[in-house]
Amino acid sequence: MNKVLKYVFYDIIRNKIVLAYAVFLLLLSIGLFNLGGSPDKAILSLLNLVLLTVPLISIVFATTHFYNSYEFMELLVAQPINRKKIFLSEYLGVACSLSGAFLLGVGVPVLLFGASLTGLYLVLTGVFITFIFVAMAFLASVITRDKAKGIGIALMLWFYFALIYDGIVLFILYSFGDYPLEYATLVMTALNPVDLGRIIVLLNLDVSALMGYTGALYKSILGSLWGISMAFGLLLLWVLVPFLSSRRIFSRRDL
Amino acid sequence: MTNFSKYTFFILAAALLLWGQTASGSTLKVCPSCSYTSVKQAVQKAKPGDTVLVDGGVYQESGIEINVPLTLIGKNNPVIDGNFTGQLITITSDDVTVQGLTLKNVATSYRQNDAAIRAKGRRNLRILDNTILKTFYGIYLEGSEGIVIKNNVVQGENKDKMESSLGNAIHLYYTDEVEISGNDVQGHRDGIYLEVVKDSQVRDNLSHKNQRYGLHFMFSDRNVYTHNTFRSNGAGVAVMYTSNVQMEHNTFEDNWGAASYGLLLKEIRDSVIRNNHFRRNTTGIHMESSSRLDIKNNDFDRNGWAIKVMTTCLEDTFRLNNFTGNSFDVSTNGNSQHNHFENNYWDKYSGYDLDKDKVGDVPYRPVSLYSMLVERVPPSVMFMRSFMVDLMDNIEKVLPSFIPENLVDEQPMMSKINHDNDRKLTQVVREAAGAEGR
Repeated sequence: MNKVLKYVFYDIIRNKIVLAYAVFLLLLSIGLFNLGGSPDKAILSLLNLVLLTVPLISIVFATTHFYNSYEFMELLVAQPINRKKIFLSEYLGVACSLSGAFLLGVGVPVLLFGASLTGLYLVLTGVFITFIFVAMAFLASVITRDKAKGIGIALMLWFYFALIYDGIVLFILYSFGDYPLEYATLVMTALNPVDLGRIIVLLNLDVSALMGYTGALYKSILGSLWGISMAFGLLLLWVLVPFLSSRRIFSRRDL
Repeated sequence: MTNFSKYTFFILAAALLLWGQTASGSTLKVCPSCSYTSVKQAVQKAKPGDTVLVDGGVYQESGIEINVPLTLIGKNNPVIDGNFTGQLITITSDDVTVQGLTLKNVATSYRQNDAAIRAKGRRNLRILDNTILKTFYGIYLEGSEGIVIKNNVVQGENKDKMESSLGNAIHLYYTDEVEISGNDVQGHRDGIYLEVVKDSQVRDNLSHKNQRYGLHFMFSDRNVYTHNTFRSNGAGVAVMYTSNVQMEHNTFEDNWGAASYGLLLKEIRDSVIRNNHFRRNTTGIHMESSSRLDIKNNDFDRNGWAIKVMTTCLEDTFRLNNFTGNSFDVSTNGNSQHNHFENNYWDKYSGYDLDKDKVGDVPYRPVSLYSMLVERVPPSVMFMRSFMVDLMDNIEKVLPSFIPENLVDEQPMMSKINHDNDRKLTQVVREAAGAEGR
């Protein structure tokens, strides 16, 4: 399995896209840290960026990669290797290389210019988001054999989590504005990894003072070690659910 | 050296004697090696018009009652340490001066509200240059008139204490014609607390790190507040039920917390708020039921909300203010708006100025859709910084449908206003306004 993983990993590294992604992130983060006054402000801007671009690039790259290495996978399946292992290697290869690029592009500048707990949360969130969206991309890819359809589903997923979901929740909140919605909001944000990541970071910045009662509630929950581990546990769940279901489909499907 | 201090002492004594109405008294000296070794003793012996001079030393006493007009003055930092045994100085006479003393250690007393210096129903008191440390209340006056409280330092300890177990640094009740200036108050419940205090001046004070409000007044008409700094107070500054107040050149900063305001206005009428700085407050100004206010030439910088104006506010004018780096510029809770915004500078303004008169050609609506939503449904604040929110705000900006139509700055400024130097700009604006027939 290690050999397969190594091969996938080298294959991706040789492909210049991941490198370009790392450089793009690096330039942006260094720019942001040198532009704004305080590191807190830069982290805030970086957060917006991470939550928008990282899912998009992860999901699109992972989907295209999956379809492009279809023949290679078919070849491997012909060998005496467990399908689950092939799938895991592919997944780890893509997710690790993308997270590596993210760590290089965002993690290093954060460590250099704004090393703090908030920075750590930002980087952790970014890594989790990468893993989550690669898993979703693989799910989209195993659902259909048609490449165009697969990329379409992947993009829809990104669109849903990065944009539409917030719109829907805001609409629900607006419609039921007369009810106490604090806990409902809590549950609804937990159902979207992008929102969850955003809130974990925001609550550690001083803008959290603007968040009033709801913010205080979130803070009391996420402020404790238990709460923050639960939040990251939820993110882990967001990795595992799409990954395990796509692996299940992959290992049972007629290739 | 001795000559010098003797000299200053004579000057001081002479000045005070001349100033006093019954300027014929003698001087009673208190020091560890003098004939009087206790302040209380000397004050009891003093006749009207006398001066009690305390020269250095630490005096473990409390319950000093000043019942004749006299001057109690400290030299070489004398300390009166109450050892938590009760109130330190009670003034029961008119025309009293307390100056240059360090007063400390008064215990929390819910029944009598013990203070370092207290007076009731007196006239013409002067409390100058004192340092008051670790007391329940600092200076507590009621029913008095003609008071000067100047250059005192009042410092309490509010760490790990409940709001209800703390007193105020300067507490005035039914007291008129007061001058409070140059004081540094911190670590109490309210820094300066005024209730039914009229025709007074509050200047050049620094009020910081108080548990609740830096300044708190109600039913206190015709007062002037200038050049004060209110910093890092638990809940900022709150003023209520008052008319004809003038607040100028004050700084409200770092009042940052979930329940914090730079300035909370409730039922304030016919007042002027000018040339103030609001920096890094959760809410710069929160206004409720306040009408006919003139809010002009202020700077709002890096606040969460620069201004929250509730629909109960009527006929307020906001002119020539700078709004920079605030998360939300203006927020309101309803659609009806009867306030007037004009010629402010908004850093979020993206209009243009074709005729180069420094006034933007397109109106600016400072209320964003999202801020309305947050006001209506507080939990939606958790979606701050979400991409969807930015998108919504931008769509609303192009096609306004939810945000109040009347809350608009028809003539926003193109560049930041420099309040001291932009006479020319103000003139241009005034002419433009005049041309419209205003």
